[in-house]
Formats: sequence, C-alpha cells, structure tokens
Amino acid sequence: MQVFDIFLLEAVVNGILLGGILALLALGLNLVFGVIDVVWICYAELIMLGMYAVYYGHNVFGWPLWLALVFGVAVVAVLGALLHQFVIRPVLAAEPINQLLVTGGVLFFLQAVATLAFGIEFKNIGIRLPQLSVGEMYLSVARLIAFLVALAGMIGMYLFLTRSYLGTAIRAISQDRAIMPLMGVNPNRIFLITSALGGGLAGLAACLLVLQYDIHPAIGLTFGPITFMVCVMGGLGNMIGGFIAAFIFAQFISVGGFFLHIEWGYVIAFVFFIGMMFWRPQGILGSK
Amino acid sequence: MLKLSNVSAGYGSFQALFDTSLEVNAGETVAVIGPNGAGKTTLLRVISRLIDASAGEMTMEARSLNTVPSHEVIAYGIAHVPENRRLFPRLSVEDNLRMGAYVPSARANFAERLERVYALFPRMKERRKQLAGTLSGGEQQMCAIGRALMSGPKLLLLDEPSAGLAPVVVQAIFEVVRKMSAEGYTVLIVEQNVQQVLKVADRAYLLETGRIKLSGRADELRENDAIKKSYLGL
Repeated sequence: MQVFDIFLLEAVVNGILLGGILALLALGLNLVFGVIDVVWICYAELIMLGMYAVYYGHNVFGWPLWLALVFGVAVVAVLGALLHQFVIRPVLAAEPINQLLVTGGVLFFLQAVATLAFGIEFKNIGIRLPQLSVGEMYLSVARLIAFLVALAGMIGMYLFLTRSYLGTAIRAISQDRAIMPLMGVNPNRIFLITSALGGGLAGLAACLLVLQYDIHPAIGLTFGPITFMVCVMGGLGNMIGGFIAAFIFAQFISVGGFFLHIEWGYVIAFVFFIGMMFWRPQGILGSK
Repeated sequence: MLKLSNVSAGYGSFQALFDTSLEVNAGETVAVIGPNGAGKTTLLRVISRLIDASAGEMTMEARSLNTVPSHEVIAYGIAHVPENRRLFPRLSVEDNLRMGAYVPSARANFAERLERVYALFPRMKERRKQLAGTLSGGEQQMCAIGRALMSGPKLLLLDEPSAGLAPVVVQAIFEVVRKMSAEGYTVLIVEQNVQQVLKVADRAYLLETGRIKLSGRADELRENDAIKKSYLGL
C-alpha cells in the first residue's frame, strides 16, 4: 500500500510538472487571441519550427546550447510578427471562419515546408537530462526545468502586462481597439508586438519541448490539440483560466495514466474536456 | 490655437460636415451646440483624425493636422474625451489614467499629473483600484476627463460629457468644466445641453445639419431669439 502511495504521489507531482508546460503552451495562444481576437490554428507548427531552430543552432551550426535556445525563441518571435503582418492583418476585418481557415492553411503550409526542408526523419539535439530521485520518487529533470521556466515565463508575463505601459496598452486594446489612437497608441504596432510576444512564448515552449522530445515535421499534431483544449477549457483568451485548466488537464493525464495505462490518461482527459464543453462551453473563466 | 477652415467630412457617401470653419484661441472654452445628428461628434473625430477631412484645412498652433496619423494627434497637444466616455471597462481607474499618459513625453510626468487629476476628482483617488466598468456614469465621465488630462494637453475636446447622466451629476460635470477653464485649460466642448454649456463657455457655434448656422459670444447667444426658441425652450 505504501509503494502504491508513492507511485500515486509521483504521478501527481509529474502532473504538476506537466501542467507547467501545458500552461506555457496555452499562454501564447491565449495572449494572441485575447488581444487580437484571432486564433492561430498554426500555433503548434510555430513551436515545431522553433524546435528545428534550436536543433540547427546547436547540432548543425555547432553553437552552444544557450545560444541555440535564444535563437529558437527569436526565430519564433519573428515568425509570429511576420504571421501577423502578412497573414492576419489582411483578414482582421474578415469573418472569424475565414481567419480560422487562413491560419489553418498556414498550418499545412508550415508542415509541408518543414518536411521539404528538414526531411521526415526524427531529429534530436542529443541531450538527455537525468532522472532525479527525491525520496523514493523519480522525476525527470527536463520536466522540472520546463516547469520552472514555464512558471517564470508566466510570472514575467503577468508583471509585464500589469506593470508596464506597453503591457497596459496590450490589455486595453482588447477592450476597445477603436479609441486606442486617442491615447497616442498605434494599434497595429501593439498587434505586431503582441504577435511577436505570442511567438516568443511559443519559442520558449519549443526550447523546453526540445529537451524532452524528438523533432519531426508533424510534432505539432501531438501537442497542438491539447493546447487548444486547455485554452478552450480555461476560456479562450483568458490567461488565468488557461493556467488553471492546464493543471487540471495535466492531472487527468498523469493520474489517469497511473491508474490505467498512460494512453488512457489522455482518453480520460479528453472525455473530461467533452463533458466540460456541455457543462460550461464558455470555459472555466470565460465569459463569451 | 486650433483653426478649421472650410472643412468637410463624412462616412463613405454620407457627408456629415459641410464647409465648417471654426477657431479656438488659447485659454478659451468654446462650445459647439446643436441637435442630435448635426455633425458635432463628426467634427471632433475629424480634428482627432479618426476620420479624414474630404476638404478644408486644419491647423493646431499653425501646424497642419490634415495628414497627421490619428495616434500622433496627441503629440500636438490635443486630447479627446470621446462620446460615451469609452473607458477600458476591465482596467482599473488608475490603469485607465495610465493609458492617458501612454505617450513617452507624458510618462515622465505621470506621478505629478496623477496627483493633479486626483486633486480635481478626489473620488477617482478613492476608486483608483476599482475596475472602470463598475463606476457610476458620472464617475466614468470624470475618469474619462482625467484620462485625457494625463497627456498634459493644451486643448481638450469634450464630446457630450453630460449625456445620459442624472441632472445633479450633470451639474457636477459642468462644474468640472468651469473649474478647468478657470485653471487655464483650453476646451472645445460639444453639447446638447445648451442651457448649461452656454453658462460655462466663452463662445459658441451652432451646428445644424452639418453646417455652422450661428456663432458668437456665449452670453449673446443665450439672448438670441432663435436659440431661445429652439434650444432653451423659452
């Protein structure tokens, strides 16, 4: 019975660590949706490209890991800004369905480009972090790092949004876009900065995922859907809701996987998601 | 200070403003009165460059405003309190005021101007942590005026500050306008409450169906028969 308890505790702790990375994944998507009111369907593909950027920096160009990670964040931040300028901006006034379709198109475009450019074989950066034993539990150091960085990223984001002029403008523009010029704010500039920030957060997630997973052109499909589910369950665009939903989801996956089989953890989490959509379609903290 | 010469403007094929000329001198409080749909709000939106003038010239302190992007108008010393206040409802009162001081030149004076706004509206200081959307109508109007003052404007554009407010609150708002004129602010105020606004303004223009029909000193217009009949109910 005691051994059972320790394994259960290990599952709970692993769930918390997984929750951190899910929360970070949701953060960038929620930021962009909350501010610009457009869903980046291709969000996970941006992360995929970020993972390749880290791989190329570290393994192909031979840069030190830290530089390759910074490069990964920068690449996705720039991609986010480009995505806004050339894809989102022309359809800002269009119907939401058109915006979904166009970013959905970008998803397949990016997957195809990655397949052509990088090939379909799995790549990894060749760094495997050890397991950490705490008492009688085993925890993945990569997950622990991911959790801590995700937490720091979210706290940094919160402070930025609440304490700086730019952050205040980012919160304000989602509430009344039309009068921003009267404050001396150029709305398009704020949208570009927000897109770069959303991209930067996706890049940060890429840096953490690349420590744990192999890279391939379709890897976006493994965590894209779950990111969307976390965002929707938290209330799309609501960053605090996304944070809470990420930890709930992660517990379902981790503890559900502990009682049954690891794949069953996902099944339970998805069933829970579907149930939630009937019960509270606007999400935990959503209002729409 | 502000000068409009023969300005026309509209929305698409609909023209709302015809050949309008108007002037505001430093230190003055100038009112634009007229019925609903006369083009009063359009006039302020043209000055703030939220919509383009289709003809005419606009200058602020002898510098042309005609092609200035709307988000740079504030750098010319013009702050606009829009129709329906348009606060950011889910930001606190203080964050709304912070948005008013967004331009880099205003950020340096944030603390000092905040004190000035709080001195003018002590209620805003009490409610500074409260979400702006939860304020009463009169408080929201005060917050909106305070937000505009945070940029340190030379000219304040007020769009119907008394609209939708209870009579006693209307009194308080006009008291604020009077106080600001006394402190030396230059104000261009658009109002339907003709009786009240002519008491606080130095001069006024009457705008009807997009055209200036009459202008003059506020005390003279109050005695004008046409205005008495149509707007003052006398």
